[in-house]
Amino acid sequence: MPTTDTTTVTLRIPTPLRSATDGQATVEVKAETVDAALRTLVDRYPDLADNLYDADDELRQFVNIYVDDDDVRFGDGVDTPLEPGDEVSIVPSIAGG
Amino acid sequence: METTESILDAIRQHGTDTYPEEGCGFLLGTMMDDGNNRVTALHRATNRRSENRERRYELTADDYREADAAAQEQGLDVVGVYHSHPDHPARPSETDLQEAPFPGYTYVIVSVHDGAPEALTAWALAPDRSEFHREEISLRTPEVT
Repeated sequence: MPTTDTTTVTLRIPTPLRSATDGQATVEVKAETVDAALRTLVDRYPDLADNLYDADDELRQFVNIYVDDDDVRFGDGVDTPLEPGDEVSIVPSIAGG
Repeated sequence: METTESILDAIRQHGTDTYPEEGCGFLLGTMMDDGNNRVTALHRATNRRSENRERRYELTADDYREADAAAQEQGLDVVGVYHSHPDHPARPSETDLQEAPFPGYTYVIVSVHDGAPEALTAWALAPDRSEFHREEISLRTPEVT
């Protein structure tokens, strides 16, 4: 699969995190993998870090990442490769008592 | 949060319908510039817990995506979640705190006692995730949108 260092993808930001992205619902980044896309996003908007990553720098348990309609957990996880135009969604799951 | 009595009644009704299990769903509306959430619609969901649904609830990422799509169709956003506490006070439990996702959502809890709804409260997760703060519920007339 040919990829270049100019793979541009769109990240979809859930509503409460848009206060950290200047109100933007979507953010475009250049990245070859899901991990690179998320790290680029957090570099650009550092206030997102605590919401997405835990103290061990792992994605929080309730943070799910979809590439288009596929949950990356059932594929290569954050190592999932990206293609130009992919839509990467940050999707919370919710639980409680 | 800002909402209408009919929205609150629909949350109470869902808690009644699922009693003695916990009922849950999504709050749809608008996150306003002052940080307050205006809730104008609900999206009922199914409690995905496979066991102990009397004391636990779960909404999957797919549930969230479905609610988000429903919100988008109405020009709204997902601005929070609600769930019921069967025979338990309308206060966040330790589990609610540990498993809450992002600050910024409104978390509504309705207590249902012997099948009848009682207190309904709204909460906001602190930015450092250490605790929930009580959110005031302001009612408005449905005509104001």
